[in-house]
Amino acid sequence: MLSVADVTMNRLTIIGLIIVVVLVIVALFAPWIATYDVGATDLSMRYLGPSAAHWFGTDSTGRDIFSRVVYGARISLKVGIIVVIVSAFIGTILGAIAGYYGGWVDRIVSGYVFNVFLAFPGLLLAIAMVAFLGAGLNKLILALCIIGWVGYARLIRGQVLKVREYDFVQAARALGASDARILLIHILPNAIQPLIVQASLGMAGAVLSEAALSFLGLGVPPPAPSWGVMIEEARDLSTLQAAPHALIFPGIAIALTVLAFNFIGDGLREYLDPRQRAR
Amino acid sequence: MLLSAGVRTNIRYRIFGILRRLLILLLVVWTVVSLVTLLIELVPGDPAVAVLGEQATPEQFAQFREKHGLDRPPFFFSFPRDNNGERHFVWHGSENRYTDYWRLLLHGDMGLSFRNDQPVRDLILERYPATIELAIFAMAIAILIAIPLGVIAGTNRGTLIDNGASVVALLGISLPSFVIGPMLVYIFAVKLHLLAPSGRFDWSDIILPAFTLGAALSAILTRMVRSSVIEELGEDYVRTARAKGLSERTVVYKHVLKNGLIPVVTILGLQLGVLLAGAIITEKIFGWPGLGLLLVEDGINKRDYRVVQGCVLVISMTYILANLLTDMVYRWLDPRIRVG
Repeated sequence: MLSVADVTMNRLTIIGLIIVVVLVIVALFAPWIATYDVGATDLSMRYLGPSAAHWFGTDSTGRDIFSRVVYGARISLKVGIIVVIVSAFIGTILGAIAGYYGGWVDRIVSGYVFNVFLAFPGLLLAIAMVAFLGAGLNKLILALCIIGWVGYARLIRGQVLKVREYDFVQAARALGASDARILLIHILPNAIQPLIVQASLGMAGAVLSEAALSFLGLGVPPPAPSWGVMIEEARDLSTLQAAPHALIFPGIAIALTVLAFNFIGDGLREYLDPRQRAR
Repeated sequence: MLLSAGVRTNIRYRIFGILRRLLILLLVVWTVVSLVTLLIELVPGDPAVAVLGEQATPEQFAQFREKHGLDRPPFFFSFPRDNNGERHFVWHGSENRYTDYWRLLLHGDMGLSFRNDQPVRDLILERYPATIELAIFAMAIAILIAIPLGVIAGTNRGTLIDNGASVVALLGISLPSFVIGPMLVYIFAVKLHLLAPSGRFDWSDIILPAFTLGAALSAILTRMVRSSVIEELGEDYVRTARAKGLSERTVVYKHVLKNGLIPVVTILGLQLGVLLAGAIITEKIFGWPGLGLLLVEDGINKRDYRVVQGCVLVISMTYILANLLTDMVYRWLDPRIRVG
């Protein structure tokens, strides 16, 4: 017997891809999709339930929740993409150097730097940094990159350690190829596959962290329609009582986004590691 | 006592391994404390202005800086600008804010709150038990959900129950606590009036925060227990146990679960730190008076940087300690990984 968790991963991966494509379209064309001005408050229109005029209803100041969720996708994806690209880039360079050269370089990077970064719960380090730097989108991205690169570095180091022993690498070395050439042309292309999995899971993590920090008041300052900010604004008792949809719609948006990137990551991992497929 | 050469080498190898790990641990602790100590230098501009506000008098600024040691140089050296706007290297010696903070810590002190002059150590000690209580309850809830659910899903692979458990686990992983928490408040406090929306007054007040904090962990654990059970069920010893005529129940709960729990224990330990960090958000949602609430409401919102430093330090140290204990338990559980 096979189960959801075993087989439908491929189907789930496709669902994940569809959600991500929709998200990207929504984020790119937000000004055309959003039906209202995201900042326009109208106290006579507060706490309205979902209707034809306001698909997701309105919040405690009468802003249209659908339009805010649409614009929120922009913030989430922007943070996610920048954080993943920057962390993956830094992580790959440092991980590859540590794995390729070994010796004291590796001992410092993997024995010391990795351990220091892993000694902090990631979110705490980000919270601490933004708390001292002051809130803001750029500082949030910086903090997430600083905690993010370690995962990629560890992964690439392990991959490079494995690949550098392969025959074709020895052959390249025997032919007199330079270290840079061996690393860039021969080792990295063969070590990079799991990075794609990590990047997909990293997108999920970055979207979650952005929402969490914004929820704590450490991300994008409040008028901006970050999903985390929307949830923070929707959770006081009077708003919960009058307009639970103000919490539910941004909540669904976060959950779907995170779920989609997790689906893609899991699916890719399975695709790249056939041993898991057999199970 | 005569020991064979092999055993002696083995013991020497293990002692060397323990010393090496101890050294790394000390280095890590030193770096973490140093980073936290230096965090305050990240504050843009003058911390005194950030705390007191622009309208304070110069005397108030001077008094504040002196009381909190902010009039002292930040580090062993610095590169201040001179009158022409150029930077120069200046050596300050060992009397600086960095060594000041270390001196405080070594005396078991964490400085005074920037806001109300209370010792940060006392503020933290007052709040610490609430956070630990929350983390332990969250972990207990996660285990109580995950082990039965994971075992049932793993032993009934491919059935409706298994698929249902997988869906619940996926939801738990993708719904963040700041969505689950307010939703639980809506259901149990606003609609059903069963539990209080926030605070820590009644014994029942821990239910919602602990469930919120433990939800993600229970989802991760369920998936782990499930795949662990499936993997172990395929091992030879299970066939042996079944061949001996043991009931399926004994096979699963006595043999499979015992072996299958080794990776779960590791995850549990590592997740304790994640729970402590996650508690920051959960405590804010439910007004649970722990370290996280101290960090966010008294520290970050009021720019009481000393309180932030203290909270970050205590949370990271707890995390490091939890990881160390996990590692030890892990090695004790699985003798194959003891050496190395």
